Amino acid sequence: MREITYAEAIREAMSQEMRANQDVFILGEDIGIYGGAFGVTNGMIEEFGPERVRNTPISEAAISGCAVGAAMTGMRPILELQFSDFVTIAMDNIVNQAAKMRYMFGGKAKVPVVIRTPGGSGAGFAAQHSQSLEAWMAHIPGLKVVQPSTPYDAKGLLKAAINDDNPVMFYEHKMLYGVKGDVPEETYEIPLGKADIKKEGKDVTIVATAMMVHKSMEAAKLLEEEGISVEVIDPRTLVPLDEETILHSVRKTGRVIVVYEAVKRGGYGAEIASMIGESDVFDYLDAPIMRLGGRAVPMPYNAFLEQKAVPQVEDIIQACKTIMNK
Amino acid sequence: MFKTGKNHLFSQEQLRKMLYEMLLIRRFEEKVEQLFQQGKIHGTMHLCIGQEATAVGACAILTNEDKIISTHRGHGHCIAKGTEVDRMMAELLGKATGYCKGKGGSMHIADLDKGNLGANGIVAGGLPLATGAALTSKMKELGYVVVCFFGDGSTNEGAFHESLNLASIWNLPVIFFCENNQYAMSGSIKEMTNIQHIAERAASYGIPGEIVDGNDLLAVAEVTKKAVERARNGEGATLIEAKTYRWRGHSRSDARKYRTRDEEKEWKTTKDPIALFKNKLVEENMLTEEIFLEIEEQVKKEIEAAVEFAENSPIPGEETLETDIFA
Repeated sequence: MREITYAEAIREAMSQEMRANQDVFILGEDIGIYGGAFGVTNGMIEEFGPERVRNTPISEAAISGCAVGAAMTGMRPILELQFSDFVTIAMDNIVNQAAKMRYMFGGKAKVPVVIRTPGGSGAGFAAQHSQSLEAWMAHIPGLKVVQPSTPYDAKGLLKAAINDDNPVMFYEHKMLYGVKGDVPEETYEIPLGKADIKKEGKDVTIVATAMMVHKSMEAAKLLEEEGISVEVIDPRTLVPLDEETILHSVRKTGRVIVVYEAVKRGGYGAEIASMIGESDVFDYLDAPIMRLGGRAVPMPYNAFLEQKAVPQVEDIIQACKTIMNK
Repeated sequence: MFKTGKNHLFSQEQLRKMLYEMLLIRRFEEKVEQLFQQGKIHGTMHLCIGQEATAVGACAILTNEDKIISTHRGHGHCIAKGTEVDRMMAELLGKATGYCKGKGGSMHIADLDKGNLGANGIVAGGLPLATGAALTSKMKELGYVVVCFFGDGSTNEGAFHESLNLASIWNLPVIFFCENNQYAMSGSIKEMTNIQHIAERAASYGIPGEIVDGNDLLAVAEVTKKAVERARNGEGATLIEAKTYRWRGHSRSDARKYRTRDEEKEWKTTKDPIALFKNKLVEENMLTEEIFLEIEEQVKKEIEAAVEFAENSPIPGEETLETDIFA
């Protein structure tokens, strides 16, 4: 199959949907001739023109609300929020407006908006450009939250997000933009709320998101050599969460580690761990549920400190050994 | 500075309809206030008594396809855009038959079929949404305009400035309609802003800024008409500042310590928008006292019927609690 990058997969999903549906358009800062801060929209303004690839001023409060207002009235906007940290400035439109509109109005109004935004650390962008804030949005009733880890998933999930009639937060990871993978050229949709078993195993289940899927896969490969068989589950969407696939795996292995890059305290991994703990799968557990998450620090600039702030392959290996009593 | 209204925009029938709507807003809110005091309305409410001319004057220019976005003080906007008072009253009483099935209340009434994109409980929350609704009109060539109502308090929010700028650079068919009722909760506009007129801010964004006497119904209609024509002709956005006054407190528990009773009295006795308009119509032989009394009687009946409908409606069942979250 053809290999393309995660960024290219996202661009392809947007372009295919824009060709198929005139109501789909993209707006955001520097997404025109510049191609977006991470190059995701490269070449799109040339194909679709400035009406449908709308370069905006640096006005997150206005452009996020503009996207919501356009969605309410019949368009299907995709907002590129340049860094997910900037959600703080767009928050009112996402949390108080988009998420609540339909409920507040008693079932009237659809808000089919997708907010694509890069999160995560590893690029040396320090505290205001490296956060993983997806748990904030997963907390809000009325929002769907997607977090793809591979080019294949990114393309299929983005198509589903664009065609969903609800507001969808689409968290991309900035360190994954250049990662390549097999992606079919034709359009396909991965339903929101369907987890993926990235690797089968029998001894321990790792539930990991975004960049942590890749670190967990690397750890799993090294652990195979030591005789520990790891199953890696990527929920792909946090809301809705595919509880069944996770529980099925934990029922099989009896051990589970939830690995996420966001600050461990209050991160979405805490929700996944609680969900497992509250389920009947609790009786199948051979060891307490473990969590690996980011340290409770603003993301430091220094590369060594930045690495230490979030789980690494060796931390995942160590956790697997601990849970296996090895 | 203020523009004087003229009646040449409307027929006698339309003028009487506008009087009816202003009275309907006032009597609706007086009834709401009474029901609130009787403990029949839960939560809070924000009354626009004294400001009826802004809503009715602006909406008189709009078609059913045109959109409005309202505020927490939104009953007047709803009624002026054609929202029915029975289902509004039911919503305020938290009933299943209300516009939002009892899930929204006073601050969130929306009536999409009538072009009412909803009231908004966040100060300046409606302005960015209005740019989006206007963008849809432009991109799909639908021809409608959007009137976004907001108060003077909104104009010190970042969203106000960002939205005016965005609407300007994209030449969007939107009218930013500021009801400057002098106070943002307790904050006097004179203390919170160091300029004389909010409309002056339009200059920063390269759009026209208009100042109008918000208690002069026909002046409001006239200035709105000009802005709507600009928007429909593809000439972009306008900021209108209508100077008015809210007679009641901010919400249910406001002792109004931040202003004097004399000031209130002056607005009520000399600038009541309904009395001004009624007198004008009588002077110009468009209305008689008898017809005015008939209008009052019709309004009274409509409000009574609304209360009866609302009081006799069921409350929402628990099975509705988790519905309407996702489409």
